[in-house]
Amino acid sequence: MAEARQIAIDVRDAVKRYGDFTALKRISLSIHDNEFFTLLGPSGCGKTTLLRMIAGFEDVTEGGIFLYGKEIEDLPPNRRPVNTVFQNYALFPHMTVLENVMFPLEMLGKGREARARAGEMLELVQLSQFANRKPNQLSGGQQQRVALARALAPQPKVLLLDEPLSALDLKLRKAMQIELKHIQRETGITFIFVTHDQEEALTMSDRIAVMSAGELQQLGTPGEIYEYPRNMFVADFIGETNLLEVSVDAFAEGRAVCHLGGGHEMKVDAVEGIGVGSKVHLSVRPERLFLTDEKIDPDALHATVLENVFVGTNIMTIVDLDDGPNFTIRAANSDRGNARVFPEGSPVFVNGDRGAARLLVD
Amino acid sequence: MAGGAATGASVTTDTYAEARTWLLLPAWAVLGFFVLAPVGMMLVYSFLTKEFRGGVIWEFSLAAYDQFFFDRGLFGDEAPKIEWTYINIFWRSIWQAGLATVMSLLIGFPTAYFIATRPEKVRPIWVFLITIPYWVNLLIRTVSMKFLLRDNGPLNEFLMSVGVVSEPIHIINTNFAVQLGLFYSYLPFMVLPVYASVERYNFTLSEAAADLYASKWTTLRRVLLPTVKPGVIAGCILVFVPSLGSFLAPDLLGGAKNFMIGSLIEEQFKGSAGNWPFGAAAAMILLSMVLVILMVFARQQAKSGKEAG
Repeated sequence: MAEARQIAIDVRDAVKRYGDFTALKRISLSIHDNEFFTLLGPSGCGKTTLLRMIAGFEDVTEGGIFLYGKEIEDLPPNRRPVNTVFQNYALFPHMTVLENVMFPLEMLGKGREARARAGEMLELVQLSQFANRKPNQLSGGQQQRVALARALAPQPKVLLLDEPLSALDLKLRKAMQIELKHIQRETGITFIFVTHDQEEALTMSDRIAVMSAGELQQLGTPGEIYEYPRNMFVADFIGETNLLEVSVDAFAEGRAVCHLGGGHEMKVDAVEGIGVGSKVHLSVRPERLFLTDEKIDPDALHATVLENVFVGTNIMTIVDLDDGPNFTIRAANSDRGNARVFPEGSPVFVNGDRGAARLLVD
Repeated sequence: MAGGAATGASVTTDTYAEARTWLLLPAWAVLGFFVLAPVGMMLVYSFLTKEFRGGVIWEFSLAAYDQFFFDRGLFGDEAPKIEWTYINIFWRSIWQAGLATVMSLLIGFPTAYFIATRPEKVRPIWVFLITIPYWVNLLIRTVSMKFLLRDNGPLNEFLMSVGVVSEPIHIINTNFAVQLGLFYSYLPFMVLPVYASVERYNFTLSEAAADLYASKWTTLRRVLLPTVKPGVIAGCILVFVPSLGSFLAPDLLGGAKNFMIGSLIEEQFKGSAGNWPFGAAAAMILLSMVLVILMVFARQQAKSGKEAG
């Protein structure tokens, strides 16, 4: 991130209103050239609206959108060098796979090279043998790949993907995630990917913009967003977490001593904007906690096991801090390390790494 | 046990088979009484000899068909020449019905598109509005049309009052008046099937086309029209076929010069001047023409479908 990268899409103070309803509340963000950028959020958060504004299907109520420094607001969709992969694929049903992929090339007046280029694209998505089929003769995953080939064929400056994997089953979705990432690397095209699936976003993205209720909640790399969620929404939406309301009792060595209730205390890296007596939220990732039957760490919390839940790769243990809140702890289902299953009702100590807990400012 | 079960099953199958026969009876009755019997009667009558006060003599004759295609002079003793009168009427009918169909498509398609793109709640209201005029009898509507279009009717008065024309334009008793009448008579038969297919159209396809650099016109031509083609074809058939055999609009709006095949047939069965076998023969020729046109159409459809598939 040190070197200055060219900005592909620059969204400046973009507002979108439908009558009285504000779908986007003044959003600004810059998407770098050659980046896999994800707009992540629950349905209705405005992520698809923003994507459609970039594509040109929705106009911008206020603010502007710039493509490599050039304002594109007044350009209709067919004049913008960006292409979209639609959620329901939107393949032309009366055309063959090859004709679908050739379509944008013909529209651009590249009819002569269309066939060869479309063939290359189908090769890229490994569908050459289906060139003469109709879309309805293909499976969902294959249709998805045709849509991708069609959108990539005219070599757009930016590719927009509107929840393209949501209709696929889990296995296929995982495979397509990796394939999409490969294709992005191979073509070097900037991808803007919309999804409500946080795991998908973490897996694929260079950077993620987390959105909620028409506002940008946090922008950062998957690591930043997961490890340092800025607020309750992001902490809760990304991954699993134990969210607690705590009060700050004191500060010691740059760490805040938080009172969890029932006399339990936890030391957490301090953040700006809190003082003694502040009521703040604390996010504790379940996989960063572990249980022991003896108190090795002086800061370990005493608790009782309530329930063990087996989830295949992991074992989730729910414990009750004596007179305090409950915690969920996730341990890898493995014989290595200190993962151990404690029977229900047994007394345990809850330990955490230094970065296990984060204070949330707002 | 096994034998008993088998018997039970076969009884059930028999009962179903019997029920099916009875349940299909209305369908067969309708087909028989309203399709096969009338067409069969027409076919038989077209090969009979005419009685001078209407009706037929039960004697086989090819005279009706002969009269349609050949001219053997006033007394029927000359060498046969091709009789152009009826062929011309026929040709004019196809031409008029075709133009009415094109007009219906040009006006009906945008109308259907407009309705299909309204919010879902108000679409039924628009469809309802389209069909309201058709609650009035066709004859009344055609007569009203005549009053609207005549030289000193409201249309001409309006055009003159706003100064578009200085003297009334002569519409009534022209081919155009007939086309207009047919267009007005059968417009809903175009709008409704087209509406039904445009409503099912996935408008994301238009967005995709625009996204892939197609202009609005290209999107219409290369994406929307091919996708809704079945509805357009159904609409064209539903307008063309009844227009071809129509006699109200040509009679009332076209006058004697703009005679169509429907009027010709109608006249053969009116009063004592009629010629039943000739009317039946003309009707049979019309029916075969329509069938041939539809079959050619269907074959072309199948072919283009196969090519694309």
